[in-house]
Amino acid sequence: MSNTYFTTEHEWIDVDGDIGTVGITDHAQHALGDVVFVELPALGKRVAKATEAAVVESVKAASEVFSPVSGDIVAVNDAIVEQPGLVNEAAETTAWFFKLRLADPAELTGLMDRAAYDEFVKGLE
Amino acid sequence: MAETASGNRGLMLEEPLIFELDSPGQCGVDLPEPPPVIDRLGGLERPGPIGLPGLSEPTVVRHYTRLSQKNVGIDSLMYPLGSCTMKHNPRINEKLARLPGLADIHPFQPTSTVQGALELIDLTAHWLKTLTGMPAIAMSPAAGAHGEFCGLMTIRAALEDRGDKRLRVLVPESAHGTNPASAAACGFTVDPIPATARGRVDLAALKAKLGGDVAALMLTNPNTCGLFEDEILEIAEAIHQAGGYFYCDGANYNAIVGRVRVADLGVDVMHINLHKTFSTPHGGGGPGAGPTVLSAALAPFAPLPAVVHDDKGFRLVEHAGHSGAKPCGRLKGYHGQFGVFVRALAYMMSMGADGLRQASSDAVLSANYLLAELSSDLTPSFAGPCMHEALFDDRFLKGSGVTTLDFAKAMIDEGFHPMTMYFPLVVHGALLMEPTETESRDSLDRFIASLRSLAGRARSGDAALFKAAPVFTPRRRLDETAAARTPVLRWRR
Repeated sequence: MSNTYFTTEHEWIDVDGDIGTVGITDHAQHALGDVVFVELPALGKRVAKATEAAVVESVKAASEVFSPVSGDIVAVNDAIVEQPGLVNEAAETTAWFFKLRLADPAELTGLMDRAAYDEFVKGLE
Repeated sequence: MAETASGNRGLMLEEPLIFELDSPGQCGVDLPEPPPVIDRLGGLERPGPIGLPGLSEPTVVRHYTRLSQKNVGIDSLMYPLGSCTMKHNPRINEKLARLPGLADIHPFQPTSTVQGALELIDLTAHWLKTLTGMPAIAMSPAAGAHGEFCGLMTIRAALEDRGDKRLRVLVPESAHGTNPASAAACGFTVDPIPATARGRVDLAALKAKLGGDVAALMLTNPNTCGLFEDEILEIAEAIHQAGGYFYCDGANYNAIVGRVRVADLGVDVMHINLHKTFSTPHGGGGPGAGPTVLSAALAPFAPLPAVVHDDKGFRLVEHAGHSGAKPCGRLKGYHGQFGVFVRALAYMMSMGADGLRQASSDAVLSANYLLAELSSDLTPSFAGPCMHEALFDDRFLKGSGVTTLDFAKAMIDEGFHPMTMYFPLVVHGALLMEPTETESRDSLDRFIASLRSLAGRARSGDAALFKAAPVFTPRRRLDETAAARTPVLRWRR
């Protein structure tokens, strides 16, 4: 049973216990093009579901990264601030953006699983 | 192509940085020996030389002349940058702005000695109010986004005055990209509104987002898809019923001057880009000017200074002492971009009311000509007619391996400044073209022929041509990614 969920805004969240790891999808990094700047939230910050938690900027556009669920930020991935290009190389693995402690796991229902997200992306083509 | 020993190609000259031209000891001017310095800085004075290059006068003249020859602008070619309105700036504007009585005055002069200049500001304000039908105006904003800032600060002052703590600003996806930034800079939170399949504001979604915490709606009309927001009256009514203010981004006002009175649309505040609509120079850092017209409800909160006149002549109001006014503050030093006002007024007076109306009509005609002539080779994003700009997306490049960026680079080889790319975000791989009223039919036809030819080459599988472009420029394609990731911001020896 997969613990990874996806949003219509192209974020993923991988849940382990009450900790969720959040990043942008491979489709999102591909659409953005070369990522040149990443801004991450402050540790301890409380973010609300579907509100801006981080910023990602590419040669084409600047975009907000929305938190898939509500929670408190417990870790951020400084490596992608230092090397934004990692987001293009490993968007769904090592180039995660932040980890948060879920405020309400029930918020996960309503997010998509991998198959549903793939279908969603196909519909955008 | 064979390389030359010098790196030059014909008269396309390689030009180093001026510091690289340094020839120590050379100097264009003989200066007298400076008197001995008396140390009044307690040892903090600079001990070494400041590192200026040694250059002869002809070297300096050639350096800057060559750099100027590399410059590309509206004076050298068609510059169809969407939403930027790169149109010809009539030279009569420049002639008048250089009149010594206008060019050589100082903002600290006693107002009795600059009555003509104050009258000029007042007259420019008068015509802008007349054209828009709005009762008040703030002349001091120095750019479009500064005008947005002015409008939002005015709204904030009005809300504070009535003890209202509204903080949410609604911004449609088809609005200008600066709108969310301006709202955030003023302390508001930004809430986006989606666009419909017609490229306009989703009215139902807008209404669903209205509430007692909405301070304002920022609408761009015509919007960045080049389309008129045809439900604007209902939009204005909805935001007003919810107790919020209606901000209109007037960057695209050039499409409707003399056709639409902004006041009739229910707008509370709109900035006007003099450097777009009223043909003052822009690009390369301006200066621009963003006078902001205000409704009666917001007029008391306009920033200072303002020019007023009575039987004693013209004077500047620099402090809020007069009855009823509660200015939101001061936006910049002095009284606005005076040199830009001269040019804008010269434009308005030389065009006349009928000429201004004709200009906006011709701008819309030019864009529709592009839209119609390019519709079979490129893919228009929305059904026409459009307003002053034509929006295409990258569906016509699908499967060709060519991207919007590649296409734009190939346009440079064809001798055109590319259109706006990848904006607005509501369509995929956007190509937003604004031909303006000052391109002739011949010029538009040459542009259309070039774009058709490029689209044909993309269709026929000639992706290599696009990937290599530009090939006829002093520099080939730059590594924008490396430039953004590891910028070199300072020259070092």
